[in-house]
Amino acid sequence: MRAETLARLNAERAARRAAILVTDIADGGQRLVTEDAVAADPLAEILSRHLASGRSGLIEVDGHKKFLTVQVPPVRLVVIGAVHISQAMAPMAAALDLALTVIDPRTAFATPERFPGVALVPEWPDAALGGAVPALDRYCALAALTHDPKIDDPALRSALRAGCFYVGALGSRKTHAARLARLAEAGFSDSETARIRAPIGLAIGAVSPAEIALSVLGEIVAALRRAPCPEAA
Amino acid sequence: MLSTDSDILAAAESWRRNGRAVALATVIETWGSAPRPVGSHLVVDGEGNFLGSVSGGCVEGAVITEAIEVIEAGAPRVLEFGVADETAWRAGLSCGGRIRVFVERVE
Repeated sequence: MRAETLARLNAERAARRAAILVTDIADGGQRLVTEDAVAADPLAEILSRHLASGRSGLIEVDGHKKFLTVQVPPVRLVVIGAVHISQAMAPMAAALDLALTVIDPRTAFATPERFPGVALVPEWPDAALGGAVPALDRYCALAALTHDPKIDDPALRSALRAGCFYVGALGSRKTHAARLARLAEAGFSDSETARIRAPIGLAIGAVSPAEIALSVLGEIVAALRRAPCPEAA
Repeated sequence: MLSTDSDILAAAESWRRNGRAVALATVIETWGSAPRPVGSHLVVDGEGNFLGSVSGGCVEGAVITEAIEVIEAGAPRVLEFGVADETAWRAGLSCGGRIRVFVERVE
């Protein structure tokens, strides 16, 4: 491996961008395919599949064995609202290797007692994102769960702008229609706001907070694994 | 596990930058109950210092020996370890799995 290739691979990882290193096992020849170059690559289809699964592996192309070192940034889950559903979500997110951050400016909700061991930020989303919480990016999922437009809306706007691979918002269809109208007023197009999953979560008939948490996490996993690569902003 | 695969690739880069001879070993295939998943890395320098793992410690010694040879010779190698290859490699995987490891020099 050329030192320069290794340095580029490490740089892509540090910048939280996906990349695949393609190594010819017979002669050690290598090339690095960054996420923005996957679609135009001769191996686009297979590279996309590996990017979606996040798994490294051996492939065979025209009788040549090639190893794909797949590097995908760790997925972050940002939840707006230190509510009952988020409490139920915390251990499930940990089991799924999703790095969870809960943001809620209401200090009565955002208490360490209610969220032991969870990254909890008792600030308004606008202040928290890009401040105490790293800015959102394509490898982030955002779930807005407060029911309060003052808190949810700024976070949803940030998530849409950042191109988060998953953006979900709690609330009835009626609540969501009002939300869409507010976002349209703020300058978001229909195709942008169509990316918001609302009512949030897979339709599994969830009733309890834990069941709703499960339906949201199921929807997040589906968004992560089904798409070849998160949609660009 | 003490080091993630990210740490190991970062270490490989910084060791090379500091003028050390470096080889990188990567698990490219596994069968059965292999201890470390495909894509796991082990970085080795010319003195045999290493970071990371490609098995639960069963075959690291042999990989390091081969890695030092790859550093000297330059050409990459594919190593295979497992119960079926004990006579060939002396090192074997007690778990009964088999792994294939690609070893390359960092130029």
